[in-house]
Amino acid sequence: MNLPTVLFSILGWITILLFAGGLTYRIYIYAKTPMPLKIPVNTPPTMPGVVGSMAIEVTLFRKVFKTNPLLWFGSWIFHVSLLLVVLRHLRFFFYPVPNWVMFFYTIGIYAGYAILISSVFLLARRLVSERNAYVSLPVDYYLLLHLIGIAASGLWMNYHERIYLVDVKAFILGLFSFSLNAPDMEPVLVVHLLLVFALFVYFPFSKLLHAPGVFFSPTMIQRNDIEKRRKVNPWDYDVPAEPFYTFENFEDKRTDKHPDGIEYPPGWKRKVEYHKYKKGE
Amino acid sequence: MHYPFEVPAIEDDASLQNRSYPAKKLDMTGITLPTELVPNWKEEAINIFAELLEHQKDLRVFMDSCVRCGNCAAACQFFLGTGDPKNMPVARAELLRKVYRKYFTAAGKLFSNAENAVELTEEVLEEWATYFYQCSECRRCAVFCPYGIDTGQITMAAREIMARIGVATKYVTEVVHKVYQTGNNLGIWPLAWKDSCEFLEEELKEQYGKDIPLPVDAKGAEVLLVAPSADNFVNVNTMMGYAVMFYAAGINWTTSTYCDEGGNFGMFLNYFNQKRTNQRIVKAGKELGVKSIIWGECGHAWRAGFPFTNTFNEDMSDFDPPYPKHICEFTYDLMKKGAFKLDKSGNDDVKVTYHDPCNVARASNATLRMGMLEWPREMIRNTCNNFVEMHKDTIREKTYCCGAGAGLLADELMPLRMAGGKPRAEACRAVGANYLATPCAICKANLPLVMEHWKVPAEVGGVHDLFMKALIL
Repeated sequence: MNLPTVLFSILGWITILLFAGGLTYRIYIYAKTPMPLKIPVNTPPTMPGVVGSMAIEVTLFRKVFKTNPLLWFGSWIFHVSLLLVVLRHLRFFFYPVPNWVMFFYTIGIYAGYAILISSVFLLARRLVSERNAYVSLPVDYYLLLHLIGIAASGLWMNYHERIYLVDVKAFILGLFSFSLNAPDMEPVLVVHLLLVFALFVYFPFSKLLHAPGVFFSPTMIQRNDIEKRRKVNPWDYDVPAEPFYTFENFEDKRTDKHPDGIEYPPGWKRKVEYHKYKKGE
Repeated sequence: MHYPFEVPAIEDDASLQNRSYPAKKLDMTGITLPTELVPNWKEEAINIFAELLEHQKDLRVFMDSCVRCGNCAAACQFFLGTGDPKNMPVARAELLRKVYRKYFTAAGKLFSNAENAVELTEEVLEEWATYFYQCSECRRCAVFCPYGIDTGQITMAAREIMARIGVATKYVTEVVHKVYQTGNNLGIWPLAWKDSCEFLEEELKEQYGKDIPLPVDAKGAEVLLVAPSADNFVNVNTMMGYAVMFYAAGINWTTSTYCDEGGNFGMFLNYFNQKRTNQRIVKAGKELGVKSIIWGECGHAWRAGFPFTNTFNEDMSDFDPPYPKHICEFTYDLMKKGAFKLDKSGNDDVKVTYHDPCNVARASNATLRMGMLEWPREMIRNTCNNFVEMHKDTIREKTYCCGAGAGLLADELMPLRMAGGKPRAEACRAVGANYLATPCAICKANLPLVMEHWKVPAEVGGVHDLFMKALIL
């Protein structure tokens, strides 16, 4: 146990705190903010229907598939490989390791390559297309490079610089049981872990919030059941209503008092009786 | 696919000169908004922004969620028409998002360059006033966005912030003010409305030799029709179509001079005016003691009416049905019951195609069962022999806006309107139709000009126009 060990553990704890705290706070904000009006865009009318369509949307990216197959190919591969890689890394978090996690042992490596390739593809997509280049911000490129860095350092460890995984596991389990045990780390492992920490810290403050955000997007999660139930706006307030009139008595009922007493143009208040008007008087 | 035709190359500031005239003081006071830019507008704007974020889940989520994948970029008809990059929905939303990041996110405050977070300055406000009034809130981008981000809602939020610090356009505020004075968007006085209805009655008498009434303010009628006022004044064939349809079905109906307008221009300003305009409809229905309220052929009326009327008003349970009903559904139901004698050959002179108005196609009950995507089509299929559909990526929920929705139907925006209508004109040219049927007053006002501008020989009219021509009395 030495100073870097202690520092590294502290960094890990800060990461966990900021990630979990920040994400929980954002989700809390999303959940508690009221939605005043119904704005579904052609969603199903029932709750099971909405759940089903959301499930298809977040697992298969149906909208992107239907509108932009090339983007779908890149982004779907990218997200699925991210998931597989995260599942592969679960073996560092469990003791003993459950059997289903070991299922991802080999496929997770291929997924690592897939992340690399799809990230490069998504990066190229931003650069090649004139429209995408215009809308991309520095942070969009940076995040993809960051992920390429994580994937590359991870794959490097797998093939070229085998590290003593038992130590790494002890460190990670230590993070969650609040005990200090960090291994002597290879530089590449330090880079890998620091990049991962940075990504997790950045998550609740960035566009990565699209992951929880999609589950709160009113155009997708609201039921299309406007005919069946009344939507109540929780912060609704009363607004003035002009008195009712018909064409026969509207001159009497109209409120001619203008706020701030601005003069109306001449002829504005002229009273015309309908029956006289018809007779041409 | 976004667009079956060529997507234009980016040209910076190509549409910068398309700016609406600023609002007049008289109109702004009439609709309870500040007459000029309030002195401490920066703090005021940020306060309103914070309030909207607290009040609206959509804004809160949409501000964070965008990953700038660019899938919406070529979805917007104003980008397709002008090539101005700020008319890409993602870039338009970015105008508001960059201010959001500066004032409401930690990352934006720390890394303002990498995150593109900027302070609210006069230049930014100018950009808002230009480009948020080049969006027709048609929600086509929401169909393409994987996260359902609706740039129309973002535009509405930006316009609410601007309206409440005293920035709005002449056209929109004028129209809302007219509604409070005369009951409709065109500013037709009640007596003129009555007169125009009588004129149409005479017209129908000449045509059919029968007394087909267009009742006004008839208490105790079965149906209150809330049609766009333009139907009474400009698209009179549609209005006569309603009258003939009600006559043939033997239904006692009326219009109201208190509310002879379905379209809700308050929606393009702020919540207050949106609600104030909307509640006139239900009030008119209650005062006249009608059984049902039927919405006419109008896009904005349907967008503001169908999803929102039940929220803005205490309840509609006195009416049958207790929710807004569209006249196309009404006519379709009667038609299926066999209430009309139809002769398709009445429309043999035209080759018809159907343009889904953006606010009808994407604001409605249009998924599992028949909805506003199907009812008008069924009406056309039953009244016309020659019906063709345009390219599949330009109709139904992927339909284009005509180019003048959401308060863009102002004369000073003519180049923008022509550019925005271009995709629709191209799609219409491709199928060679000579009649474009559409149930929307704004489309009927803008598309004829668009067709003329892009040299597409097509007439534009309503669905009930066709219905009237095929109906045998």
